[in-house]
Amino acid sequence: MTYARLVGEEIANRAEGPLLFLSRSLDVGLNEAVEVEGADGSVRLGRIAALDRESITVEMLDDTAGLALQGTRVRFFGEPLRFHVGPGLLGRVFNGIGKPLDGGPPLAAEHAYRVDGLPIKPTAREAPSEFLETGFTSIDLMNSLVRGQKLPLFSGGGLPHDRIAVDIACNARLPGGAGEEEQFAIVFAGIGIPHDSAEFFREEMEKSGALARTVLFLNLASDSSAQRLLAPRFALTAAEYLAFVEGMHVLVILTDLTNYCEALREVSASRGEVPSRKGYPGYMYSDLATLYERAGRIRGRPGSVTQVPILTMPNDDITHPIPDLTGYITEGQIVLDRDLHRRDIYPPIRLLPSLSRLMKDGIGKGRTHADHPALAAQLYASYSQAQQTRVLAGVVGEDGLSENDRKLLLFGDDFEQKVIHQGVDARTLEESMAAGWSALRGLPAGELHRLDDRQIREHLLDRVPRREPVS
Amino acid sequence: MSTAETTWISGPVLRARPDGPFRLRESVTVGEQALLGEVIRIAREEITVQLYEDTSGLRPGIEVTGSGRLLSIRVGPAILSGIFDGLLRPVGDTRDPYVKPGMQPQAARRFRFTPSVRVGDPVLPGAPIGQVSNGTGIEQRCLVPPDLPGGRITAIADAGEYPDDQPICWIEAHDGRRVTVAMTHDWPVRVPRPVTARLPSDDPMLTGQRVIDCLFPVARGGTGAIPGGFGTGKTVLLETVAKWCNADVIVYVGCGERGNEMAGLLAEFTELEDPRSGRPLLERTVVIANTSNMPVSAREASIYTGITVAEYFRDQGMNVTLMADSTSRWAEALREVSGRLGELPGEAGYPAYLSSRLADFYERAARVRTLGGEIGSVTLLGAVSPPSGDFSEPVTTHTKRYVGSLWGLDARRAQARFYPAIHPLQSYSLVAGNLARWWHASGCTRWEELRRRFLTLLEDEARLERMARIIGRDAMPARQRLVLICAQLVNECFLRQSAFSVNDRYASPARQAVMMRLIGSFIEGSERLLDAGVAPEAIRDQPVFRRLMRMGEEIEDGDWEAFSALDQELTATIRRLINETRE
Repeated sequence: MTYARLVGEEIANRAEGPLLFLSRSLDVGLNEAVEVEGADGSVRLGRIAALDRESITVEMLDDTAGLALQGTRVRFFGEPLRFHVGPGLLGRVFNGIGKPLDGGPPLAAEHAYRVDGLPIKPTAREAPSEFLETGFTSIDLMNSLVRGQKLPLFSGGGLPHDRIAVDIACNARLPGGAGEEEQFAIVFAGIGIPHDSAEFFREEMEKSGALARTVLFLNLASDSSAQRLLAPRFALTAAEYLAFVEGMHVLVILTDLTNYCEALREVSASRGEVPSRKGYPGYMYSDLATLYERAGRIRGRPGSVTQVPILTMPNDDITHPIPDLTGYITEGQIVLDRDLHRRDIYPPIRLLPSLSRLMKDGIGKGRTHADHPALAAQLYASYSQAQQTRVLAGVVGEDGLSENDRKLLLFGDDFEQKVIHQGVDARTLEESMAAGWSALRGLPAGELHRLDDRQIREHLLDRVPRREPVS
Repeated sequence: MSTAETTWISGPVLRARPDGPFRLRESVTVGEQALLGEVIRIAREEITVQLYEDTSGLRPGIEVTGSGRLLSIRVGPAILSGIFDGLLRPVGDTRDPYVKPGMQPQAARRFRFTPSVRVGDPVLPGAPIGQVSNGTGIEQRCLVPPDLPGGRITAIADAGEYPDDQPICWIEAHDGRRVTVAMTHDWPVRVPRPVTARLPSDDPMLTGQRVIDCLFPVARGGTGAIPGGFGTGKTVLLETVAKWCNADVIVYVGCGERGNEMAGLLAEFTELEDPRSGRPLLERTVVIANTSNMPVSAREASIYTGITVAEYFRDQGMNVTLMADSTSRWAEALREVSGRLGELPGEAGYPAYLSSRLADFYERAARVRTLGGEIGSVTLLGAVSPPSGDFSEPVTTHTKRYVGSLWGLDARRAQARFYPAIHPLQSYSLVAGNLARWWHASGCTRWEELRRRFLTLLEDEARLERMARIIGRDAMPARQRLVLICAQLVNECFLRQSAFSVNDRYASPARQAVMMRLIGSFIEGSERLLDAGVAPEAIRDQPVFRRLMRMGEEIEDGDWEAFSALDQELTATIRRLINETRE
């Protein structure tokens, strides 16, 4: 935090919910940061939300309980909220507004960045195209993640999204990218998470030795909701610094965005704004975009920011505004499934609604494997058919099915047990592809319309029907 | 020019006390950074301004300066193959990778001008006075701005290079005024550019996508909408159409969409070649990019900026296609600004004027006779992103009332990676009847018949699939099982078309016609086989079926021999099967 430029005393006139109204005795601008020091000595952070000729409206970012009008000092910074960062960021733990929680020394403040970030010009972006291996077949083979992408996990209460996030953080690597290890960093932002989740993540990262290349931002469930809105912004500011100044490849894990949106709704309601769907503010799309769009690469700079935000779908409803708006901004989604989880399939990823939009740019010849796109497309087509056949079998019974349909049913089970399910072991892409080919062997080759003859011959033995001679 | 003093500011909206007249929709600049804004409400003592940029740091007392003009953009030869923000300010300079407040409009550039009129010639508003070249394959025209009066030319520049903002032509108007014309001129974005007449449209806007061109075509100067939930492939479909459609100029408006996607589009358009001219696609493209994290109010303006640019090229006698991705984001921007103004919300919180704004937008599509006497067209294609994929929401329902073609995207198809995921039963084209003549003239004489055939087949399929779910597929009569097999062929081979397959991403009309005919032959042949007593599964298991299923992927455009070999193979297979059953 920079030094305050101006100080106002005895200027507070009215406090209402998170809003504090001040007399305008000083020349300050919109969106600038303020610190309000109450008579009780506690310091609260705020932001100038509106201005007219007589008054300043400050939106408090901390809990306002206990704030009095008398004896309150307001310090103005003359600039929007900034995060001061410098070397030594890795391995540290901060709260949601960038204050160290680990008892360590303050950061060397070499750079000060606006926590809101700035939109990257589309022309300055480098289109993401480097395949990033996560160790999960359902992601690597079926919904590949590339560097600079934002790919959220749509989860639900009680599903193992924390575990998956940790596994991705520990196993993620560029295939064949030796010497990249030290260039890889993780920024983890816990947004309104219970203390247990925060501890779980910290412990797991420590166990795998990844903590030294991780920055943690923890906004716990007990912290104020206005701070909840800042936690991902501080985390992303740190990530941008690591990526675009120190040149690292940064994986940002944000959990749980649902808490963020709840806080957004709370703050909006207290401002008296007109609510939109389900009481969430009408600008929620734009607001979420200012977080998610901070993923990416910048042309001519070495690093990248890849985001894996996690959200829990209220009542497992994918059409709820939070997953819905997120899906419209992010480059795909990975959806977790309660049914698969109950059947002990790990990771319980429901493939049909899952998608990676940037997959096409990161896979195939020269990037992963020439047959990767066709294999993924065929597995998707067949698995989708298998799902439909399951519905059919549920009605008419398995005996009423044709032989092809029965093969599809078997394929569906096989695919879930051997391709999606992989337990605790990370797989390389080669292993994932081998598992995929092996699952397809149970199907009649004539049904595999997404594969060409050579692919069928090479990977599924010599079983392609011979071409009819033209008479 | 009037000025005003800011009295109140919150978010992107400010109020100010004017000391002179302001007009509604007048563009203004605010403060030293010259932030761009637009007057959206006026009273005697107060004006309300919507700002198109980040307002951090603004404070009461800052001066608002009126421009005297409605919110305008400067159109001219420099637009083509450029990339701009929602207010046509270039974002191509990447020395600073971030979008910052106070960006400036395009600086003057020099272009080669060749006059086509002489001193003393009479000219009308909107008439061409010469050719302009920007070094690409596309020759542009220099027009008398449509809002200038007609008159006689008193002087004109010789052929040569000139800065695009300097006068190159001097006109003495009929009313005695003397006016000058430069290669660029300003035009208010919310005002449609005038034309001589709107014309009926009988030509298709070809997209190279079979499901669109053959089943749900759009006419030149027509309108189309693509509603679809997230992940159903709206953006990829629009980009694919932008790549392969037969327009002279493409205006691509990325309205509140993803930055990485715009970067991907730019990279691809630089590499890909226009199949007709062989030049990079970017040369015929104008990209207007207002990504989701750029200021919201500029997102609202970007749609109008896009359509004004499209009309400018149309006025030069070109066929222009505008893609707006996504109109829902634009509607949401309307809602956001309306909310800040405290307007009474209508359905789903959108302002009550949403429907008329959408109508205004789609009405600007047309095939026209320009003021200069030429034929040009603007075709509008808008993506719609309905919340939760629910097509009954206001933006989708209102859009449906104004568009001629609708391509409804289906989540189930998309989940099976069946792209384009256009659902044949949720899509329509009002112009298909008018376009049949064009297909006949291009040699596809059975176009309507086969189109009808395919659509009926797909409708039957939906009905039979429901039945199959009750009684099982094997229990169905042979004829119905055959319908399912034929529908599978139409779906998998004709409707599905991978945007990433080198052979199949673009299908010329001739190739579409050939594939249509081959599938038609299969349907007819298999019906004869069925009558002869061959089981539908036996037909499906023939090797030729797999060849037909994969012909889109395997046979490239122009390889007519391969198609006729396949045709012969099909005929031979049918003959053989009939003979076998006879024996």
